Amino acid sequence: MKKVGGRIALLGAVVLLSLAFFIPSYSGLYGSLPDWLKRVFPNKGITLGLDLQGGIHLVLEVEEDRAVEIAVERNAVAMQDLLVEKKIPAESVKRTGPTQVTIAFQNGDLKAQIQKAMEEFPTFYEIEKVGTANSVVVELRDGEGKRIKDSAINQALETIRNRIDQFGVAEPLIQRQGLKQIVVQLPGVKDPKRAKDLIKNTALLEFKMLDEEHKLTMELPQRIPRGKEAEVLEQFKSKLPEGDEILFEKHLDKDTNQEFRFPYVVKKRVMLTGDVLSDARVSIGQFNDPYVSVTFDSKGAREFERITGENIKKRMAIVLDNSVYSAPVIQDRIAGGRAQITGSFTMQEANDLAIVLRAGALPAPLKILQDLTVGPSLGRDSIEKGIRSTLFAGAIVILFMVVYYRLSGVIADFALALNLICLIGALAGLNATLTLPGIAGIILTIGMGVDSNVLIFERIREELRLGRPVRLAVDGGYDKALLTIIDSHVTTLITGLALFLFGTGPIKGFAVTLCLGIAINLFTALVGTKVVFDVLNQRRKVEELSI
Amino acid sequence: MLEILGKTNIDFMGKRYLAFVFSGILVLLGCLSIWSIVRGTANLGIDFAGGTAVQLKFAQQVRIDDARRVLQANGLEQAELQEFAEENKILVRVKAATTIEEKVADRVVAIFNKEFPINRPEVNSSTEIGPTVGRKLQQDALIAISISFAGIILYIAARFQFRFGVAAAIATFHDVLAVMGLFYVMNKEITLLIVTALLTLAGYSLTDTVVVFDRIRENLRTRRRDAIETVINNGINQVLSRTIVTSLTVVLVLIPLTIAGGEVLHDFSLALLWGVIIGTYSSIFVASPLLLLWPGSKGALFRRG
Repeated sequence: MKKVGGRIALLGAVVLLSLAFFIPSYSGLYGSLPDWLKRVFPNKGITLGLDLQGGIHLVLEVEEDRAVEIAVERNAVAMQDLLVEKKIPAESVKRTGPTQVTIAFQNGDLKAQIQKAMEEFPTFYEIEKVGTANSVVVELRDGEGKRIKDSAINQALETIRNRIDQFGVAEPLIQRQGLKQIVVQLPGVKDPKRAKDLIKNTALLEFKMLDEEHKLTMELPQRIPRGKEAEVLEQFKSKLPEGDEILFEKHLDKDTNQEFRFPYVVKKRVMLTGDVLSDARVSIGQFNDPYVSVTFDSKGAREFERITGENIKKRMAIVLDNSVYSAPVIQDRIAGGRAQITGSFTMQEANDLAIVLRAGALPAPLKILQDLTVGPSLGRDSIEKGIRSTLFAGAIVILFMVVYYRLSGVIADFALALNLICLIGALAGLNATLTLPGIAGIILTIGMGVDSNVLIFERIREELRLGRPVRLAVDGGYDKALLTIIDSHVTTLITGLALFLFGTGPIKGFAVTLCLGIAINLFTALVGTKVVFDVLNQRRKVEELSI
Repeated sequence: MLEILGKTNIDFMGKRYLAFVFSGILVLLGCLSIWSIVRGTANLGIDFAGGTAVQLKFAQQVRIDDARRVLQANGLEQAELQEFAEENKILVRVKAATTIEEKVADRVVAIFNKEFPINRPEVNSSTEIGPTVGRKLQQDALIAISISFAGIILYIAARFQFRFGVAAAIATFHDVLAVMGLFYVMNKEITLLIVTALLTLAGYSLTDTVVVFDRIRENLRTRRRDAIETVINNGINQVLSRTIVTSLTVVLVLIPLTIAGGEVLHDFSLALLWGVIIGTYSSIFVASPLLLLWPGSKGALFRRG
């Protein structure tokens, strides 16, 4: 007599465990449970993939070379400030290469003084052989460039996370992939375009002074149609004074619904950036037009007060991502650390602007490498179809097995059910994400599960044909089929593992279900059905096996 | 006892030359498909080639010619269109060349909104993949395939003999090539999902081959005096009903998926369906005869089997 008690207990335990893991995935049932019972179950189950519930999957790359350039440019401005402060009359301080700054001067005697001043920038070193009698060339140190790139990605990650948090998405996934890529997954997002804009906007807020003294300001056209910006830039490039740039303000003519651009001559020098903001909120103006009011932190407030005090009656441009939002005339010294960003916003635009300003600027622009967006309706569609055809396929297989193998077919179907329960339980236990290819993997597992049973049954039939008694035939069949089953499962498992390790996205989802399925298959085919046969054999002496 | 096949005694090995011709044609098609991928003329999905795909759902039916005309008039000549008749859905694909920064997806939607103001589409899904990602995915897929093949040959060589491993690998390769060839002839798109299907059918075909080989090996031990063709034929005949029953159940699973699984699963299931049929054929008519082709095979099989 073989002992079956232990194996039955094992099977029972596995099934119960699987069900326990699965229950949180079935929100209808889980939600109705009393709290104390909820605590018994794990609190997370299977997550549906983007293809099943809709959403966005983005792969972004931080333009890290730009991050370095931006940092070098900022340093160039700081160098110029320092030279002004030390009363060294340099002609120009400009970034002349990705990591180079050239300081040019008329009087050759200044060289030593400038070299001395540059010692205050320890992250730069002088390249003497490039410099001339009238210029000093400094370059960013390699290690510093690497540090900037690295922190750019971390900062971008942090910023995106903050923005998404404030936007409000259930279970977003935001993580670094490889050296310079960021993966963002937002399941179930209703308005994908808005979410993408929110992530991608650099949101670099800058306060710059207009250059009103230069005659170019008078020559520029009042307003130009949208799309003509490049032409204007080309036309006035030669007349643009050193240290100035032309920026545009978007304007929507509400009567004709046409978009225009107002050009401005703006001094390149940044007076203040969004770094010093402590808060940004949407407010409603007197004409019911939304605007964003920002609050500076204490350092920013002091700076802002000083800058406005020094520039009374001049115009200051509020620039976001290189486009001017407004350019008010400073009426008076502004204390208290508050400013308003007006523009022709809709309520939603103002809201999103407030979010990105609160979350902070990205250190460099982002490039979208991959963008998968699945609308919620397609998701619903494919889950319905996937499940319906899976159920249908399952029903056909179950029926076929019963017709072909009769009672033994029922046992095989029992193994199949066991298989599915364990597989779903295991997926839930691992908090796996179920995708469409994952469902395909489950179906393939069903096929393999059937195959194991077919192998065993055909062997048992062979043994029976040779005239063996039922019990010996069953044992013989299992023994002889065992090696074949192991061989076939291991080879498929090798494929599955290779897919899991080296595949990406949908391939990985498929590989997870396949590998789990194969492991569970081995268990149910070799332990699950065998127990049933052994029990049958134990109860009474079986003369004839229904197979 | 219900049986599809009783005890059979078919001379499979005798028909091997016919099978080699048939397989030769399939493999040739597969090679054409590979060649077209190498030359860059293959119908690669945007996940490999890079580009944009937008699936739109219209309230009323839109003729695909109208849709194409509208896109062409607005400067998207290179767009490829595909329609899903039953639900007024149209899939617009614009491959590589255009970069992701151009926001092709938004452009497509804007064009349709402008041209069909009363029948505006709803965006079902949109996919944009930069060309660098496409190359990365291609590489990843190639690595995954190579590694799984190497692993499989090693495992079978260890469990059986080296020649069984090589024969199984060739047969598996044959199946993958054959399905690629069929897809090439049908001008079906090769996407990441299709590569997944190819790998799955490789696994399936391998399982099938292993089952047959297992039986041949078993027979080699017990019946040393029979001619090698007879031993192989016997092995195949003994597992034939299992082979047919298993393939039949998998085919039964795949048919509803191909027909009703929705557009995403359709090509995937189709590839698997072809794969199962060819995989079953190949373990009998390709893998097993290959054992005979091995130089000096007769002696070696008997000595070590």
